[in-house]
Amino acid sequence: MNIVVDIVLFTLLGAAGFALLKVRNLFAVVMLAGIYSLLSAGLFTVMDAVDVAFTEAAVGAGISTVLFLGALALAGHHENRPGHTPLLPLLVVVVTGGALVYGTMDMPGFGHPENPVHHHVADHYIEESYDEIGIPNVVTSVLASYRGYDTMGETTVVFAAAVGVMLLLSGARRPRSRGGGGGGTAGEGEDG
Amino acid sequence: MRLDLFVSHYNYWVVIFLMMVGFYILISRGNLIKKVVGLNVFQTAVFMLYISMGKITGGTPPILVDPKGGGEAAAEVMYSNPLPHVLILTAIVVGIATTSVGLALAVRIKEAYGTLEEDEISRIEAEREAAE
Repeated sequence: MNIVVDIVLFTLLGAAGFALLKVRNLFAVVMLAGIYSLLSAGLFTVMDAVDVAFTEAAVGAGISTVLFLGALALAGHHENRPGHTPLLPLLVVVVTGGALVYGTMDMPGFGHPENPVHHHVADHYIEESYDEIGIPNVVTSVLASYRGYDTMGETTVVFAAAVGVMLLLSGARRPRSRGGGGGGTAGEGEDG
Repeated sequence: MRLDLFVSHYNYWVVIFLMMVGFYILISRGNLIKKVVGLNVFQTAVFMLYISMGKITGGTPPILVDPKGGGEAAAEVMYSNPLPHVLILTAIVVGIATTSVGLALAVRIKEAYGTLEEDEISRIEAEREAAE
């Protein structure tokens, strides 16, 4: 039963991805991206990754959609028809995809408990983490304790991104100096 | 046998399809915001691949049913692999950070050039260089 839900959701996800490629109105693209994120959150739930699912639903379908809408409000929402013939990109994509599909033939099947990925540190986390950390949710104890440095690095990245966005957008709001060639990066330093 | 292969590899194939859709959007579309969307599609496909590998059929989410131990029910429970979940949690948050920087850059480029289309931007660049 689970596998049926899995296959149906994956098919819908593929359709949403293809629609993203075809649609040219960027507002519609952003809404489709929200649907895409919500579908993937559903898939994460089916595949037992509940923590990932609610992060994806909140961040992917929520915050990211809001950010995209904000960017569209500032930058306009019309996409031009692609000018050149897409033959070369199509060729690159087909060749890369073919190579990747060929690669999956050697991968262990979906969901078998004997897959190598399940028998390294995962056993240790599941058996020992309650004694060592004391939290029933294994994902939380790995995230915050075993891989705590990783999470610290993540917050550093988020901080750097926030600083970058603030610098870029505070530059955008100053009185514009159009026509003054190369005015794009001139004023950034003063805000820092 | 064939159906078996289909069921056990369908996830991977859809993931690869989505990766390639994202990649194709990235290299064939000229609009910068559309490119960021393509990057997001690719990224989510990678998340899907990781989570697919962590799933065990018949498993439950890795939240301990009987953490104190002792219950006979707890020994029977099979948990999905928590490690991919942790990696992907980190990746989602980093992904939204990079997306926001990309969008801010797009907004800034729109301010500077008046367009988001790649070919128009390079044409304006060429004109500015010729004018100097």
